Amino acid sequence: MKTSYREAMRAALREALAADPRVFLMGEDVGKYGGTYAVSKGLLEEFGPERIRDTPLSELAFVGAGIGAALGGMRPIVEVMTVNFSLLALDQIVNTAALLRHMSGGQFSVPLVIRMATGAGRQIAAQHSHSLENWYAHVPGIKVLAPATVEDARGMLAPALADPDPVVIFEHAQLYNTEGELPQNWTTDMKKAAVRRQGKDVSLITYGGSLPKTLKAADMLAREGIDAEVIDLRVLRPLDDATVMASVAKCRRAVLVDEGWRSGSLAAEVMARIVEQAFYDLDAPLARVCSEEVPMPYARHMEEAALPQPEKIVAASKGLFA
Amino acid sequence: MTLAPPPAGPVPYEREFALGLARDMLRIRRMEERSAELYGEQKIRGFLHLYIGEEAVAVGALRALAPEDNIVATYREHGHALVRGMPMRTIMAEMYGKREGCSRGRGGSMHLFDAKLRLYGGNAIVGGGLPLAVGLALADTLQGVRRVTACFFGEGAMAEGAFHESMNLAALWRVPALFLCENNLYAMGTALARSESQTDLCVKAASYGVPTLKVDGQDIVAVYEGAKRAQQHVREGKGPFFVEFQTYRYRAHSMFDPELYRDKKEVEEWKARGPLHTFTARLKAEGKLTEEQFLALDAEVAKEVEDAVAFAEAGSWEPVEDLTKDVYAP
Repeated sequence: MKTSYREAMRAALREALAADPRVFLMGEDVGKYGGTYAVSKGLLEEFGPERIRDTPLSELAFVGAGIGAALGGMRPIVEVMTVNFSLLALDQIVNTAALLRHMSGGQFSVPLVIRMATGAGRQIAAQHSHSLENWYAHVPGIKVLAPATVEDARGMLAPALADPDPVVIFEHAQLYNTEGELPQNWTTDMKKAAVRRQGKDVSLITYGGSLPKTLKAADMLAREGIDAEVIDLRVLRPLDDATVMASVAKCRRAVLVDEGWRSGSLAAEVMARIVEQAFYDLDAPLARVCSEEVPMPYARHMEEAALPQPEKIVAASKGLFA
Repeated sequence: MTLAPPPAGPVPYEREFALGLARDMLRIRRMEERSAELYGEQKIRGFLHLYIGEEAVAVGALRALAPEDNIVATYREHGHALVRGMPMRTIMAEMYGKREGCSRGRGGSMHLFDAKLRLYGGNAIVGGGLPLAVGLALADTLQGVRRVTACFFGEGAMAEGAFHESMNLAALWRVPALFLCENNLYAMGTALARSESQTDLCVKAASYGVPTLKVDGQDIVAVYEGAKRAQQHVREGKGPFFVEFQTYRYRAHSMFDPELYRDKKEVEEWKARGPLHTFTARLKAEGKLTEEQFLALDAEVAKEVEDAVAFAEAGSWEPVEDLTKDVYAP
């Protein structure tokens, strides 16, 4: 069945709400407005204002209230409009949700799902274009997902809700309109990275909004006789090292593609792990394509220059064969 | 600021109930005095925020609540945990960092948790507990559970955005949250008037359409009566309620604090309004307590304290192999 990422996400929300009375969705403009990215459109009419709960612009309090509601026996899905605004809620996520189980000696679970849009590419300038997945992936106690396909958009919410620990889901804003085939018997998990394209010459490792660009780069490389494998990390914490190392062992070359800023990026973490675990499998230094370390400019040509692009991925890959 | 005269007047309770209040205040006082000594001996490390001087607030407010209610507290929460029903042994073991502590020695003084007592910490981020309390109360509303979530916080937290956002949410959604502000006049070393443009805390809270009450936090009778009234409002489903307890911390903010920010005279004036001695004096005046009885009570509490210390001393350390246990569910 052909579907969009947005529709797949909505179907997942609808299914979760219908399946479990403890599930409710709250966030800014999730109800009357229909969701900033129209993900929750129609759900207010279907499930009512108790369960599709509009909040004031109080990221800190409504994320914290989500944590409290999870402690109190509910299964909240909190939508933070974008990762940019999640910084206002960082205290509750990092200092409470992530720490509570360990700090209390294992007494409390926080079964909370936080969804947020992320990423650049729509000319909305510096304050609305962040990719800060790595900030969250840095923190023990939370799990971080980055669905990049319609199948994962459809399937990752259910295991996230079933997880007894807080899960942060990043939805790249550029993906909402993407369409794809949802297989009849789709299955999904929140454990493994996925091989999105089989190849043998270079392993292109990416996640989220960079996946379509990376697949495009792989097609371009194929025309030049380089058979690239594309790995979609999917789960940014905990990382699935095994899938990455197996691909690196096979291809012996690897390029990381990450929309985050280069310094301290997730790409840097994956590179470090490859060096630790698969150094002797490598035939060339590792390479990465990240965002330039500048605030995201508004002008289109400048924004494009700042972001990872298929051409940059191709160039970085070819550089490994020089 | 001119202080009100020390709490005085009749204690309108049966002897047994009144002695129970005195006993709990004394238990907090003696436990913490001993904790301070143990800190000097380096048995207790890290931060240690003593509640000495503020005991009437936790004792009176928690006495007004029901066992099934939720409690959210701050890093100055030894007294709350104790009065709520956590054994003194368990608290002391936690402060020692021992496995027999309520949080297996992982939290220490600032992070006392007990799921069975519905004590949700022990939150050491100022204002951090407020959103949590709103969420706990929301969960009860959504599940049709009639319960009060009581959230303790200091007046310092009222400068945080978390306070304003939480009050707004609680009032907007009419959740059963009881906001209990322990106004000890200093946010660490910053006096209220130096940090708040509006020093009448009830005015701030009232701006969210929440009913408020200002209470002398050194008078346990006033605390208990005020908390009783406030929790009744919340329990009846009329929405949140805000109480300001005006109190005073007699010791340093934590253990290292030269107290440059307040003068000794002020401390002495507040000590004259001490919650414990003024209350026992009232009980004695009414013939509900004799000096001999007080000494017997004190000896009994001293025994409890020494038993708690012995328990903590004899406790064990969590094995290092368990370091990463409980980061995630098993």
